[in-house]
Amino acid sequence: MKKILLLISLIVIGVLGYLYTQEKSKTEVSKSTSTSTKVGFVYLTTPGDHGWTYAHELGKQMVEKHFGDKVTTSIVENVPEGPDATRVIRELAQQGNEIIFTTSFGYMEPTLKVAKEFPNIKFEHMTGYKRSPNLATGNIRFYEGRYVQGVVAGLMTKTNKIGYVGAYPISEVIMGINAFAQGMRSVNKEASISVIWANTWYDPVKEADAAKVHIAEGADILAQHTDSPAMLQIAEKNGVLGFGQSTDMSAFAPKSQLFSSVNNWGPYYIEKIEALRNGKWSTGEGPDHWAGNKWGGFSTGMLKLSKFENMPDDVKQKAEEIVNGIKSGTIKIFAGPLMDNTGKEILPAGKEMDDGSLWGMNYYLQGVDGKIPG
Amino acid sequence: MDALILTIIATSIPLLLAATGELITEKSGVLNLGVEGMMLSGAVGALGATLWLGNPYFGILGGAISGVFMASIFSVFTINLMTNQVATGLGLTIFAAGFSGLAGAPLVGKTVPSLPKIELFLLSDIPHIGDILFKQDLIAYLSIALIILITFFLNHSKSGIVLRAVGDDHNSAHSIGYPIKKIRWLATCFGGMCAGLGGAYIPLVLTPHWSEGMTAGRGWIALALVVFASWIPWRVIVGALIFGGITIAQLVGQARGWPIPSQILSMMPYLATILALTIISGRFSKNKSSVPASLGKPFIDTP
Repeated sequence: MKKILLLISLIVIGVLGYLYTQEKSKTEVSKSTSTSTKVGFVYLTTPGDHGWTYAHELGKQMVEKHFGDKVTTSIVENVPEGPDATRVIRELAQQGNEIIFTTSFGYMEPTLKVAKEFPNIKFEHMTGYKRSPNLATGNIRFYEGRYVQGVVAGLMTKTNKIGYVGAYPISEVIMGINAFAQGMRSVNKEASISVIWANTWYDPVKEADAAKVHIAEGADILAQHTDSPAMLQIAEKNGVLGFGQSTDMSAFAPKSQLFSSVNNWGPYYIEKIEALRNGKWSTGEGPDHWAGNKWGGFSTGMLKLSKFENMPDDVKQKAEEIVNGIKSGTIKIFAGPLMDNTGKEILPAGKEMDDGSLWGMNYYLQGVDGKIPG
Repeated sequence: MDALILTIIATSIPLLLAATGELITEKSGVLNLGVEGMMLSGAVGALGATLWLGNPYFGILGGAISGVFMASIFSVFTINLMTNQVATGLGLTIFAAGFSGLAGAPLVGKTVPSLPKIELFLLSDIPHIGDILFKQDLIAYLSIALIILITFFLNHSKSGIVLRAVGDDHNSAHSIGYPIKKIRWLATCFGGMCAGLGGAYIPLVLTPHWSEGMTAGRGWIALALVVFASWIPWRVIVGALIFGGITIAQLVGQARGWPIPSQILSMMPYLATILALTIISGRFSKNKSSVPASLGKPFIDTP
């Protein structure tokens, strides 16, 4: 009797576990028509309503709105980076999706592997650097938004101390910190940035702790390169200002958010799907480094800023001028002379840093305190 | 400085509560590895109740009830159906992580009012100490009261001694007529309630929003803390504060530019836990130990 009960309970656990994994990698397929292009998306998490994956979800919604019943989209959410991703991407390929967007850096190897197995299907990977004839990569010039943040922070700070929370010391994050510093120093040479590495993309409690430490150390403007709105909530509670990440986070901090950089993937998705439908899809001309086949910023509409809030009108105006300057190319973010924060010259006057060198950044520019760990 | 100490205390409280609950559960001989899951459901329950009823004090209740709910699922399997406690506990965490995500889906993006701070008459006016110790919220006071009560309960009350007897030798305790299963049910549910409260502290005080997996592994740390404290309640406070202290110290170190790589500082709390585990198990293994002798063993009452 006891053994039977044990067996039954084991089965129940097994079934629950199975249902759970099913729930986790829930596949949603919208209604299909015969002439429509089938498009697959792989998401790192459930989209929720803020942050990285939600930005991709908005891009997918723009695709659906733009094409109507000419496309059929499938999404798989909550796909861990690693072997599981390979299985999911292969499944999407086998279901007849003609183009598959994989939306996290860690899907790079899995996407490459499946792309080789299905040479007739097009793959688009955000934001890696490995590609093949049917695998293109796309990325956003996030650092342009960081430059604007720097300008606003430089004008708004009273203590001249900016607290920055970074996820990991990788070139994408360092590029953002340096762009922020460039923006800040263009209007305020006295201010400095203190960086705390969270060593995680997502841990609300730790991000909140880092924000509290920054405030205790005297920072009055907070910037983040991590995913949760926790930091902004702490800013709101303590009456300091901050910037959101990936999507508009003003709902979490109506009195504190200055603005967020908003990742706008829609135009890129639409462009690539359009190209595929016209038989003109190609990986593009992009250079062979991290920048991707397509690396778009303000000028392509792939990067936007949410509404400027909680700042005086002259700062708003200045911020808008900067955005237009970057858009038209009159403002060069990484133009010489550039010095790192130990005083070593990185780039002589009159030159501009090329995209490849941006991805090689392993130093802080002037205006940032401390040293990059490791 | 006061602000940093307050931050350390706030970071420690979820760990303190979850570890206290687990300590009682383990003292009764049940090893529940589902703490992380129970904390997550506590967090989602707390936020849900607060949004629904509009008051964070209902959130405390909601968090506790959600924790008890998860613990009772665990109890049905391990105590009544005598399944393997380790496997069931791990299963509970995986289940609760998914379930809380599902239940929390409508709550994503909503914010709630934080739990208000309560100032204690006169005590709050003491400089520094008053600001740090006597301007806390209800859950913080509750967690300290809990530790004091549990210390008294385990050492000086009859029911506490019965609980320990059940955890040390369930066959002997059964033979003199104690209801083993009932006691273990109660202890496990108490553990669930505390873990739920610990989880509730995160959305009610630390970061007032819900997002999936927001406890980010704190349940596992709480489990380690119980061993770190060698099943003695007051040591849980010390352990939780050490853990919180090192976590904050590594953030401060980075902000102030101490010449230590942040990765090493990030490792420190875990190194400290392992070190403490090694010292304690070395010291106590040959001597009189407070490890519950029947820990993790299912009780089978042969008819």
